[in-house]
Amino acid sequence: MSVVAESLSWQAGGRQILQDVSLRAEPGETLGLIGPNGSGKSSLLRLLAGLRRPGAGRVEIDGQDIARLSRRDMALRVALVQQQSTTEANVTARDVVRLGRTPHRGALAGWTAADEEAVAQALAGVGMQHAATRIWRTLSGGERQRIQIARALAQKPSVLFLDEPTNHLDIEHQIAILRLVRDLRLTSVVALHDLNHAATFCDRIVVLQKGRHIAAGTPDEVLTEDMLARVFSVAGRVRPSPYRPGPEIHFLVDAPEA
Amino acid sequence: MLHRLAPGEPLGLLALLGGGVLALGFCVAAAAGIGDFNIPLRTVFLAVTNNLDLTAAPLDRIEESVVWNLRLSRALVAALCGAGLAICGAILQSLLRNPLAEPFVLGVSAGASTGAVAVIVLGIGAGAVSLSFGAFAGAFAAFGFVALLSNGTVSGPNQTILAGVAASQLFNALTSYIVMTSANAQQARDVMFWLLGSFGGVRWPEFQLLLAVIALSLVVCIWYARTLDAFAFGDEEAASMGVSVGRVRIVLFGVTALMTATIVSMVGAIGFVGLVVPHVARFLVGPLHLRLLPACVVLGAVFMVTADIVSRVILPQQTLPIGVVTALVGVPFFSVLLYRARNRM
Ligand SMILES: Nc1ncnc2c1ncn2[C@@H]1O[C@H](COP(=O)(O)OP(=O)(O)O)[C@@H](O)[C@H]1O
Ligand SMILES: [Mg+2]
Repeated sequence: MSVVAESLSWQAGGRQILQDVSLRAEPGETLGLIGPNGSGKSSLLRLLAGLRRPGAGRVEIDGQDIARLSRRDMALRVALVQQQSTTEANVTARDVVRLGRTPHRGALAGWTAADEEAVAQALAGVGMQHAATRIWRTLSGGERQRIQIARALAQKPSVLFLDEPTNHLDIEHQIAILRLVRDLRLTSVVALHDLNHAATFCDRIVVLQKGRHIAAGTPDEVLTEDMLARVFSVAGRVRPSPYRPGPEIHFLVDAPEA
Repeated sequence: MLHRLAPGEPLGLLALLGGGVLALGFCVAAAAGIGDFNIPLRTVFLAVTNNLDLTAAPLDRIEESVVWNLRLSRALVAALCGAGLAICGAILQSLLRNPLAEPFVLGVSAGASTGAVAVIVLGIGAGAVSLSFGAFAGAFAAFGFVALLSNGTVSGPNQTILAGVAASQLFNALTSYIVMTSANAQQARDVMFWLLGSFGGVRWPEFQLLLAVIALSLVVCIWYARTLDAFAFGDEEAASMGVSVGRVRIVLFGVTALMTATIVSMVGAIGFVGLVVPHVARFLVGPLHLRLLPACVVLGAVFMVTADIVSRVILPQQTLPIGVVTALVGVPFFSVLLYRARNRM
């Protein structure tokens, strides 16, 4: 399913958080969302997932305006993993992943083989089978994050929105999760901080700055030395990677000026 | 089947419910037998079957009437109140994501006491019916106030709780004002007693009304049990899993307010049950609501019937306010539970 956002604007707390942002993710594509802290990545993902109504503009999933979809119809198509989520409840990791089946189940429907299969697959996908019976609150930050991702996978969505899915993970699991997301070939929009990850795993990248959409294109087109300086205020050198397609970025931390 | 209901749980739901229902039956029978004068269990059973036209055993007319007309109806009302308050507590704790939430957190009991006091002291209306009606009206007034103050459904849990605190303060102030300025000593005592809660005076008509309200509400709550699980990580996560958060909140706040207002208007604001029983139930069957809510029904009912028995026998010739007993019995029990939970972590 494609995801199209047309000139989205959103205000909160008397401030314009997003201004005239458009993006397009084709079916099966992994779209990276990069930008400094506070540039509006999380807000944009919330608008795309229909958790907030845009002040102007609209979002279409598979050609349908999401304002016309019910919450449940939305949840059958789209899963979102937020940047952080917490609970006081003593739910197990498996309970949390099972929540992903919520939109697929009636109020009193039993637990079906398909539900079980989806949960087992999701847990295996993030490599957390062994911890399924642990209490969620006792897991480490990275383990919690992987369980949240498994919850989204158990939802069996066609579209996946991930908000900094790797920020608590060790490098092995950062790579494992992003590979998993890429190889699922869902339509994914992923907010990322690690620009080399964006270069490695994303088909295309959208850059946000102060709530505005600055650039969009393939990693080669977007990840330029000029963009690093303008958007992130850092000096860097960008070279084609000798080991994989796409650019590779080195940051020059001690250079006096880029 | 049991395994599927209770993955990895030490106590199966069915075992708990079965045991709980048996225990409840026993407690209700005991409640009908125990009192100022004790009546043997056999007589209790025959009195019940006689009144259901199943038997025609010759019994002492007074004993039979005490069992059927006074004690049994009272025990069953207590059971329903305990069940209702426990479910309300469980639901509010989940929706508000606050382990300290309880049925009165949204100002319902404060509003009810204002309504009741208006009737007792100011004499608005007359007789027992209008006392209940006054309490019910007050309860819903307070709930409406909270709904307005917390801005309907868009606000977060903490805003709703703060609105409840504000409503409770306001209505408690009104209650105090009325009592201080208008009540004589006897009325003040009546008010005090009513506020602490009592099952004295409830009979079959109260039971029937309560049964209808609680049964209907329970159906709604069970219907939303799974949805409530999805609130574990907050409103936004629930929404992203397909829950119509606004609608669910309206329906469930409404249903809990209806149950609480009905209970409070009949028997006063009995504290502690709605706070503690859900935690005990969670400890036994885990946090998932399709298991938690039935467990709350059974445990709340058993707890309340037991507390009512204690309130009647602990002092000779005198009934202790039920709210005093629920706290006195509940607090030590809860302390043990907290202590054990800490060791387990
Ligand atoms: N509900 C809100 N009310 C007020 N300001 C908000 C709200 N949500 C986000 N913001 C502000 O919008 C800006 C963008 O936030 P966010 O989307 O979280 O950025 P990012 O995810 O890119 O770091 C921040 O300055 C943040 O403080
Ligand atoms: Mg963010």
